[in-house]
Formats: sequence, structure tokens, C-alpha cells
Amino acid sequence: MTLLVEQLLNGLQFGLMLFLIAAGLTLVFGIMDVLNLAHGSLYMIGAYIAASVAAATGSFWIAVPVAVIATGVVGLLLEVTLIRRLYGRDHLAQVLATFAVILIADDAVRMIWGPSPLMLSAPAALAGPVTLAPGLEYPSYRLLIIAVGLVLALGLYLLVAKTRTGMLVRAGSSNRAMAAAMGVRVDRLFAVIFALGAMLAAVAGALLGPLLAVEVGMGQSILILALVVIVIGGIGSIRGAFVGALVVGIVDTAGRAFLPELLQRVLANEAAAQLGPALAAIAIYLLMAAVLVFRPQGLFPARA
Amino acid sequence: MPNEAFKAAAARRPFALPLTLAAVLATAAAAPFAKPVEQVRVGFSTSISGPFAALGTEARDGFNLALKQLGNKLGGIPVEVFATDEAGNPDTARQHVDRYLKRDRIHFYTGPIGSNVALAVLPTLAAAQVFYLSNNAGPSQLAGSQCNAFFFGTAYQNDAYHEAVGRFAGGRDYKKVAVLAPNYPAGIDSINGFKRGFGKPVSSETLTKLGQLDYAAEIAKLRAEAPDALYIFLPGGMGINFIKQFVGAGLSKNTQLLSSGFSADEDVIRAVGDPMLGLFNTAHWNHDFDNPASQGFVQAFQKEYGRLPSIYAAQAYDTAMMIDAAVRDVKGELDDKAALRAALKKASFKSVRGPFRFGHNQYPVQNYYLRTIVKDPQGRVTNRTLSVVMKDHQDSFAAQCKLQ
Repeated sequence: MTLLVEQLLNGLQFGLMLFLIAAGLTLVFGIMDVLNLAHGSLYMIGAYIAASVAAATGSFWIAVPVAVIATGVVGLLLEVTLIRRLYGRDHLAQVLATFAVILIADDAVRMIWGPSPLMLSAPAALAGPVTLAPGLEYPSYRLLIIAVGLVLALGLYLLVAKTRTGMLVRAGSSNRAMAAAMGVRVDRLFAVIFALGAMLAAVAGALLGPLLAVEVGMGQSILILALVVIVIGGIGSIRGAFVGALVVGIVDTAGRAFLPELLQRVLANEAAAQLGPALAAIAIYLLMAAVLVFRPQGLFPARA
Repeated sequence: MPNEAFKAAAARRPFALPLTLAAVLATAAAAPFAKPVEQVRVGFSTSISGPFAALGTEARDGFNLALKQLGNKLGGIPVEVFATDEAGNPDTARQHVDRYLKRDRIHFYTGPIGSNVALAVLPTLAAAQVFYLSNNAGPSQLAGSQCNAFFFGTAYQNDAYHEAVGRFAGGRDYKKVAVLAPNYPAGIDSINGFKRGFGKPVSSETLTKLGQLDYAAEIAKLRAEAPDALYIFLPGGMGINFIKQFVGAGLSKNTQLLSSGFSADEDVIRAVGDPMLGLFNTAHWNHDFDNPASQGFVQAFQKEYGRLPSIYAAQAYDTAMMIDAAVRDVKGELDDKAALRAALKKASFKSVRGPFRFGHNQYPVQNYYLRTIVKDPQGRVTNRTLSVVMKDHQDSFAAQCKLQ
């Protein structure tokens, strides 16, 4: 029983961490119609800056806000110099351009920080587990991630649903041409959205640094997962990103946790030993394929 | 002109021509490659970018340090090193080797970190009769049935590290031992190597995805299983991720973490830090060895680069020294492949590992040591050598090799 609860928490935490990254990606894709592959690089830059600041100041709690603001500035610069020229272009051109940014960012990070992974540790107060219930210990740091993820999800929901900026965001994502025709300052809105996406990616990078390796190329591995999330959830929709991320997180965790044993009970031992881990690894991609077949726009599409 | 003089000489002394011809033919037959080379050319292709970037950089630094100490000469002959970045990609490495053989005409090749690259480039090098001295990759295929006279596994044979940990675990009274590795050939090899050394059944085998980021699900399962010890093989970033998450989940209190030296060397320690304290691992070298070659190397490395060297740096350093000794032994006559191979096999260089010798399959017969991660007197988190786990160990594949 405790195993089930622990795996559920794991799925939730993994899902929320994916949400932080997917939210920025889906906003940019949905509203500006720009497929920004460099989003993973912003996540990496956030993690690297957090690691450097944490090493310099010795404090994790200072490192995270600094990294978020710095990455927001980087995102803004990126938008003004490059992304702005990609609006209205076909997606292939955007993929090529942002892929180039990935390569440049990887090499730039390697030049500045060196090729070896950096150390980013959880704050000492959260380094160990807490006892949630008798027999159920859970890493306190992962609970922090769950908390931050939920707070940010709520904050984004309020921003999008209840504020004027959010209204403009929703208008722009459902019909950009009409929004521009109605007098929305599209270029300023886009710059703000891009910077917001960059900051969300930086929060994810800084928070995940203590759990994952802070290394060159860390952006690409998480980007694939983020793309799966927004395909399942629906492009341009924060709600879709939230639900998609939770679905991906739980399916992936459950697959890895229970599929190998389940298969071993059903099939012969040899086959199960090979098939179980392989299936668990591709479970979320199978799910994405199924969603694409039955509901190609995703679960909660932003555009009608 | 020479033709006239020749005829005149032949006319004067009837046996001069046959005698001269005989003398020339005799010397030609006796020492066909008598000329020493004027420059030793080495192809060094390693991972400066890609998944093994940290390890390739260590190798490059170790190799360069050796060259610096030898005055940029190998065997007393000036050396030119052609350095490239294969980014861990076998196709890129093959292109580099093509260029090395056709344009640069190298005498020796070294550098790759991954066994997949080694296996991909060896056939071309062997066909061109260029010796590949491996500063890291030690695939089982080249130790056994596919052993090749032009390949020297100077570092180690991959499985030996895993067997050593298995042997150590078998000697302890762990009741339940679990293993975890990524689902790819080297991962499967590591589990098999460990089981071979361990000699008893393991309580569970977990295969994770290559490049997997989050191990919470696997860690939760291990918490439920509660093994006494867990053996992991997770190279690079995967190991960093797993160890951080494992210790963060509090599992290291009741489950002893064991790993091969690959997941527990300086590069991983620098990224993880304190959570690694107490981890047992095995390797064939550590920076606290007390033989003169090793101490000199460690001191020089720290002075040059400001950090402790890893096994990857030490192996690359040894490789350079091995080439140096062999070139000196054949007096620079690198075209005599048979003599050069004999000199390489003799391994008369002073290895940082101490006394060193090759087995008949041109892989080392050497000791493997147990190390643990501690805080040293200067407060650094690093490895400390504890004991010998396998003495004069030859890899398990040597019997299948037909080399003399």
C-alpha cells in the first residue's frame, strides 16, 4: 500500500516538473505559433546559473530567483534578436533556427563552464526524507517540487483566466489575426510571453538541478518529454499542459514501477525480462500515439 | 652517367657487379625497414563533446601531460599529435580514422572512450597495420574471439570492473543484493560481469532506460524490496542522477551502494559531492597509489590542471608512456611492425599502476582494488584505496583468443 502511495507521489512530482517546462513551450507554440526547440536550452541555462550562484553564495534560496531573472533576460534577448523574425514562418524554418540555438547554447555553456557536469545540491534542510505516514518516507525535496509546481500551476491559471494579460493571451492563442486587428499590442505581448516561458523553464532547471545532472545537453532530453506532454495535452493550452504532464508523469512512473512485474506474471520469464523494461520505457510514446490517433488536437486544444 | 661508370667498373673487375648486387640484396633482405622515423605521428580521437565529454577531456589532459613531461617526444623522437573530437559517435570516428590513415599517415591511434567507437574503427586501423592502443575501451569481443594483433587494451577489459565488485560483494555477508543498469549492451554486460564475480543469484535485476532522468519509480521499488546492497552501473549523467536521488530518498542508510569505478570517479564526485560518501567501488588505479610513477603523475597533474586526476587521465598518461617505451625499444624503426608489436607487448614502461604486464590477448593482467569514498585530510570528497579484490586478474575471455 505504501508502495502505491509512494509511486503516486512520484508520478505527481514527475508530472509537475514536466508541467513547468511544458507550460512555457505550449504558450510560445500556441500563441506565437513558434516551435521553440531552444526552450530546453533555456532550462539548461537556468540550471547552470543556479549552480554557479549556489556555489558562489552557498545558498540555494538565493540561487533560484537569480537564475530565474537572469534566464528571463536571456529569453527576452533571444526573442528580440531571433524569435521575432520567425513569426509567420513555416515550422521547418523555426525548427532549423531554434535547433541552431541549441547547438550554440551547448557550446557556449561548455566554453563558459567546462565539459564536466556541475554540482547543485538540495538545501541542507531538505536533503533527507520526511515520514508522511508510518512506513512511508518520501524525499522532502520532491515534496518541495510538488508544492512549487502546484503553486505555479495555480498562479498561471489565475494569470490566464482572471487577468487582462491572460485575456490577451487567450485571445492571441485562439485567433491571432483577429486579436491584432482588435488592437492588441502583439509584439509586446509576445515578448512578455516568451520571457515568462523562459522564466518557467529556469524554475524547472534550478529546482531539478539537485535531482538531475546539471550537464551540457540536459535540455534536449527533457525537451522530448515536454513535446510529448504538449502533444497529449493540446497545443496552446495551459490546462492541457497541466493534465498532459500529470498523465505523462503517472503513466511513465506506473509503467516503470509495475509493468515489469505484471508482464512476468503473464508471460514466461525470459520474454518478460526483456519486454518489461522496454515497454515501460516507451509507455508514454505509445500513449502519445494513441492520443494522436483518437484525438489529434490533444485533450484540451486551445484553438477550436 | 652512372650507367657508363657501372659498365666501366664491371669491365675492369668481372666479379664487382655480382658481388655488389649480392651485398645490396643481402642487406635489403636482412633489414628491409632499417631507417628510424623522423617524426612519430599519433592520431588522438576522443570525446570532447557528446555524452562522454568529461571523460574525453580527462583523457586528453592526461595524454598532454605525458607529452609535456617527455618534451613533446616519444622515444626521443619529435611527435605530432592529430587531435579530433568524435563526440562519442562511431561514424565520426571512422571518418577521422580515414583521414588519419590517408592524409596524416599516423603510426599509432588512441583516444576513444566508448567501446562502440573502438569496435567501429579497429578493422580499418588493423588493415592499415596501425596499432590502436586503447586508453579506455576494453570490449570483451576484442579480448576473446575477435582479438587482433593491432589492438592493445591498455586500460582494462570492461567486464573486469564489474566482476571485481561482484567478487567483493560475494565475500561480504549481504543476504539480498540487487542490480540496476541501463538497458543497452554495456549495461547487460555489467550485470553479467557482476553476477559472474558474485557467484550467487541476485534478488532483483532492474533495467532502466538509457538516458533516463528520474529514478523515483525504481527507487520506490527498491525501498519496498530493501536489499542489503545495490550494484549500479550508470555511466555519466545517469549515475549522477541516480546517486543524488537514491541518497535523497534516504535509502543509503539501509542499502549499501556499490558501483564500478566508472560511476564513482572524480568526474561524478565533483557533480554529486557529499551524498557519495561511503560508496564502495572498484578500479584498477587510484590517485593515492604510492609507487613513484603514480605519485609523480598525480602531483604533476594537480600542478598543471588544479584538480585530482581520474582513471581516464591516468590511462591516457600510461598509453603515452607505453608508446614512448616501445618507440625507444625499437629505436624508432616503426615500419617493422613485428618488432614494434613485440616491444609494445613487452610493456617496459613504468605504469602508474605499478608492475604491469599484458596477457597473450594483449589485455592487461592486473590487480583490481576496492575503493571507498571518503573526505581526505584536505576535506576533499574523493576515493581511498582499501584493498586488493582481484590479484593478477586476467579477463574471462582470454581463452577464446588465438593470438600468440
